Amino acid sequence: MKLFLATLLASTAVFSAALAGETLDKVKARGSLVCGVSEGIAGFSAPDSTGTWAGMDVDFCHALSAAILGDATKVTFKPLTAQNRFTALQSGEVDILSRVTTYTLTRDTALGLDFGAVLFYDGQGFMVPAKLNITSARELDGATICMQTGTTNELNVADFFRSIGKPFSPLAIEDVNELNNAFFNSGRCDVYTGDTSGLAAWRSSLAQNKDDYVILPELISKEPLAAAMRHGDQQFGDIVRWVGFALIEAEEKGITQANADEMKSSADPTVQALLGVSPGLGKALGLDEAWALNAIKAVGNYGEIFERNVGAKTPLGLQRGTNALWNKGGLIYAPPAR
Amino acid sequence: MTGMLRPSRRRSADFLRSLFSTWYNALITLALLFVAFKAVPPLANWLVFDAVWSSPSADACRLAAGACWAFIREKARFILFGLYPYGEQWRPLLAVLLLVGLVLVSANKRCWTPWLLAVWPAVIAAVLVVMAGGFAGMAAVPTAQWGGLPLTLLLAVVGSAFAFPLGILLALGRTSGMPLIRSVCVGYIEFVRGVPLITVLFMASVMLPLFMPAGVEIDAVLRALVGMTLFVAAYFAEVIRGGLLAVPKGQFEAVHALGLGYWAGMRLVVLPQVLRISVPPLTNTLIGLIKDSSLVAIIGLVDLLGASKRSLSDPEWLGFYREAYVFVALIYFAICFSVSRYSRRVEADLSARQKH
Repeated sequence: MKLFLATLLASTAVFSAALAGETLDKVKARGSLVCGVSEGIAGFSAPDSTGTWAGMDVDFCHALSAAILGDATKVTFKPLTAQNRFTALQSGEVDILSRVTTYTLTRDTALGLDFGAVLFYDGQGFMVPAKLNITSARELDGATICMQTGTTNELNVADFFRSIGKPFSPLAIEDVNELNNAFFNSGRCDVYTGDTSGLAAWRSSLAQNKDDYVILPELISKEPLAAAMRHGDQQFGDIVRWVGFALIEAEEKGITQANADEMKSSADPTVQALLGVSPGLGKALGLDEAWALNAIKAVGNYGEIFERNVGAKTPLGLQRGTNALWNKGGLIYAPPAR
Repeated sequence: MTGMLRPSRRRSADFLRSLFSTWYNALITLALLFVAFKAVPPLANWLVFDAVWSSPSADACRLAAGACWAFIREKARFILFGLYPYGEQWRPLLAVLLLVGLVLVSANKRCWTPWLLAVWPAVIAAVLVVMAGGFAGMAAVPTAQWGGLPLTLLLAVVGSAFAFPLGILLALGRTSGMPLIRSVCVGYIEFVRGVPLITVLFMASVMLPLFMPAGVEIDAVLRALVGMTLFVAAYFAEVIRGGLLAVPKGQFEAVHALGLGYWAGMRLVVLPQVLRISVPPLTNTLIGLIKDSSLVAIIGLVDLLGASKRSLSDPEWLGFYREAYVFVALIYFAICFSVSRYSRRVEADLSARQKH
């Protein structure tokens, strides 16, 4: 089924390349950006009690709309399932897919997509009860492991345990609530595997005491999450990529939502270029010179977006870890905006 | 008064005796009493006594052992109306009232007049207009933001409204003497009945856009509505065909003897009898349709069940899925149980009439 869909989508890729250069015009003519998000993934894109979307993926769409249209509110959110997200992008139903999507080679090529800056580095990991006194996934021997069916998690776990030559027994459950129940309440499994951001989120919201569970240091897969757009529209692709980089650069240079206007008088030539004081970058992208300024004023810099949606003070309680800036021990890095 | 009480008292005595009439009945009764004794107190504690009824945040709920009804309080509007703009939610409320009113009026036998046929399209149009807006100061709300109970009811009511005439035509076609029409109808009905609804919806949502020219998009709600209508029509057709077969041959012969044409005979003599017979199985199919409408969640629509699932992803309120599902189950139960009770009444009516 997956292969069939991929082939089918690939065959439409040629045809959608004809749309090159049109996305920006379309967005400007429509006066709003149509942004594909998830149906509800806490911290990334989820509706609150009044139906207002919030999360990292949502904030990126607001930033993009602020950069292109000068108004962060001009976004229409379209919830997409994991199955229909790529079709929706290919058929032009959405301008951009900002939906915890992993950047992979086949998606970049055969599916006819392009990817923006990686805005979240995730990876599959293991969580165990602290009372087991396990400090490394390599110590797991014959453990019962809870995982969600229909994800790549199952395969990754099998590969990992084959590589360390130890047995394990999988307990695969489709419904995530049932899965959580199996691990946190009924103790049907000793180990819970999944993307570490998800594990941390469930731990902080479901465990009686957060310290009763530890997430082991090994990551057995790479899941760099990035916004996706249609292949072939280079100009729009550049914009998506550089709005992401601008948010990262802003954190590096200490530009925040609050001080963005004051920073315009900064002596730093990079800051001046980024905020449009010394013109050029906006023109190069085909946008207003205030593009990055508007984006930062709308949602803050990368660090602010992270802390607001998934950071230590939120119910998800994630540490920056691999998602810290490159000069603070993480992987978040933006090429120079000049 | 005492005369009226006696039979019921005897019935309850009979009932008690039947519980312990034989050794195995007694055993089953005792076993069930034991299960109830074990299960009811914790359930009652969870549902009522340990429950948190109101709290501004999830913290109080996390400490409590019982249900978190504060979650339902917080999320009720989201579950009922989905992503519809918060300030405009009187409109979906009005739409729900209109649809429920329409169904109630249609259920009343005194209202079964030709007028009703005109009322249906008018009310459905009014519902769509109120939901969509875009005039008289009402902001336009695209269908992508429709959700919750109005969407579920809309799919069920409008779906059955279109499927019903289509089903009649298909049933007539299937029993028709013309081979071409008959084979087309048989082919359609059997094909649709051979495919799960989820496949039809999946085709409509994932495959259809790929065959469309670039930029042309068919509204997702419309896609689901058309898919469900075409699907249910096939089931309605089979129910109505059953009704057609149950009408005595003499009736058809009488139509011919009166010199009525095919359509006139069908309309005046045969179909009224068919529909009366078919009400119970039609309501059955309708209940199925109401519950199946939750499958639209897989094509990204936020129906009642979908909205309750999405309410679970708010980071401030993670993990209260039991409460959400109990709440939604109660709503579905209220709808389906009333439809089923109504069908029972019609059935009783019908058999009473046949006795005369």
